Amino acid sequence: MAEKQQFFHSVYLDKDKCKGCITCIKTCPTQAIRVRNGKAHIIKEFCIDCGECIRHCPHYAKQASFDHMEALDQYKYKVALPPPSLYGQFNHLDDINIILTALTMIGFDDVFEVGAAAELVSDATRKYIAEHEEPRILISTACPTVTRLIRIRFPELLDNLLPLKPPVEVAAELARKRAVEKTGYRPEEIGIAFISPCPSKVTAVQDPLGIPSSAVDVVLATKEIYPLMLSAMKQARNNPLEYCLSGKIGVGWGLTGGEAAGILLDNYIAADGIENVVRVLEDLEDEKFQMDIRFVELNACPGGCVGGVLNVENPFAASSKLKHLKKYLPVALSHPEDFPHKTGMDLTEEIAYEPVYMLGKSMLESINNMVKLEKLMRVLPGLDCGGCGAPTCKALAEDHIRGKGDVHSCTELLRRYYLYGEDAFEALEEENAL
Amino acid sequence: MSFSNDSLHFQYVVSKDDFTHAGSASSDVKNKLKKMNVDAAAVRKVSIAMYEGEINMIIHAYGGTIDVDIYEDRIVMCLKDTGPGIANIEEAMQEGFSTAPADVINLGFGAGMGLPNMRSNSDEFNIESEVGVGTTVTMTIYFNPA
Ligand SMILES: Nc1ncnc2c1ncn2[C@@H]1O[C@H](COP(=O)(O)OP(=O)(O)O)[C@@H](O)[C@H]1O
Ligand code: SF4
Ligand code: SF4
Ligand SMILES: [Mg+2]
Repeated sequence: MAEKQQFFHSVYLDKDKCKGCITCIKTCPTQAIRVRNGKAHIIKEFCIDCGECIRHCPHYAKQASFDHMEALDQYKYKVALPPPSLYGQFNHLDDINIILTALTMIGFDDVFEVGAAAELVSDATRKYIAEHEEPRILISTACPTVTRLIRIRFPELLDNLLPLKPPVEVAAELARKRAVEKTGYRPEEIGIAFISPCPSKVTAVQDPLGIPSSAVDVVLATKEIYPLMLSAMKQARNNPLEYCLSGKIGVGWGLTGGEAAGILLDNYIAADGIENVVRVLEDLEDEKFQMDIRFVELNACPGGCVGGVLNVENPFAASSKLKHLKKYLPVALSHPEDFPHKTGMDLTEEIAYEPVYMLGKSMLESINNMVKLEKLMRVLPGLDCGGCGAPTCKALAEDHIRGKGDVHSCTELLRRYYLYGEDAFEALEEENAL
Repeated sequence: MSFSNDSLHFQYVVSKDDFTHAGSASSDVKNKLKKMNVDAAAVRKVSIAMYEGEINMIIHAYGGTIDVDIYEDRIVMCLKDTGPGIANIEEAMQEGFSTAPADVINLGFGAGMGLPNMRSNSDEFNIESEVGVGTTVTMTIYFNPA
């Protein structure tokens, strides 16, 4: 319900903590970070909120913004949307109902599991596949980092995106309808709060892709809700209420391969970890897979959403706990026919290419700039040392061409100039190529 | 690389011994085009056509050179290898025709679709070959006006 904000980002830099150490510039998969004047700035057009920089910053200077519990004060009735990854955060747990009950004890009036909505999305995906016999490979749209990556780097694959809403949106819409019916309040008096495992899903609420606006009102972080829940869970264990509506499929969505397993076909690929995601997308783009694949599930985080940076538990431990929790569950507990309320499952807006890496506005300008780029690359030392604050020499050269950086900031060339008096740019300056 | 005022020229050396790098020239060209206001459909055609040609230079010939010229409205790729040449071009151009050895078939090559795909993805396609001398394939793909 939030106003849409283009290129909103949850991930941001805490300037006071940043030492300009350049660790993060190398870990960013879209080369979105530049150290300028000693601080690691994020280029907002390139950032996909994957959280890799948060994972790697040794000084905790890269952070995520999200809402806090107080944001719910303005609502008369508060509903929590817990994702399956949340279930993997707690020790010695064999009943999901304990978690859901604890949520009702820390300030929520009701809960609606994202896992339950995920089972509905799995059902819709199976129908979509059955109705679309064409050989097009479908790529999941559940991980917003992946969708954002595709929109800036893989325009050819936009047509392959599964045009269905992510489970969190379906959960939010159904939760609101149920709450309105239960309470008689107006829809805007109901506060729907998603407990996010990652900054990317915070961004997806502020700046959603494929839908005009998000049905989620408030996005909380798992790590902030976790301590509140620990003490509530002690009590909840004594008398858990019967809330749980997600089965093996719904809970499995928190793990890599879970969404793919839910389509009940075996010709799928599931990859996790941002580097692996990039590799799969590159090979899909080049049509390198010479096998019959119908579905591709990609999760930016290691292990799936259990690996999101706003979680508390180690992803591998969380994964093992989720597997334990879903072991004796029925295949699915939520079926479309069981839900009194319905909601549209389809994405309603086109997800358009954002050509952020373009070197020119026209082909001619691009050719000229490509020539310039090649000339600059001959002069730059090719060490990719990061000393200039850009992740690679090529990134610095491209910044220079876009007017966003200056090749004279190359520290290695400065060193050579200082020690040996070599002026690497002299020739280029003479031919006016700088 | 060299350049005149209205075009860009790149040359890639494709080495027979470099099997694990096969496909890297076409991938480099693709990445350049993606930054250059070229429509996605053309980028895809270029990368498929050039990839198939590059692979053929390695699995069927002894390597060679690829010259790429990028103009405002088109790209011209000239793939030139040094033997063994193709005796019957018409036969080689047929879908499914292949003389690929078993070891590369295991890697997914040798479906006999390379040359047909190169032709269907190009707007202009020319192949010349002489047994014992080599094969030269020239492909032109026009970009869609923005
Ligand atoms: N550069 C080349 N040099 C020699 N022979 C070639 C070359 N390119 C293709 N051929 C011949 O043409 C056949 C068909 O090529 P192609 O359609 O690419 O299929 P494939 O590579 O799968 O065999 C090859 O099996 C080979 O006999
Ligand atoms: S969140 Fe990801 S894309 Fe954004 S700056 Fe950090 S590492 Fe780069
Ligand atoms: S894999 Fe899950 S937790 Fe990680 S960025 Fe994607 S949606 Fe968020
Ligand atoms: Mg071939």
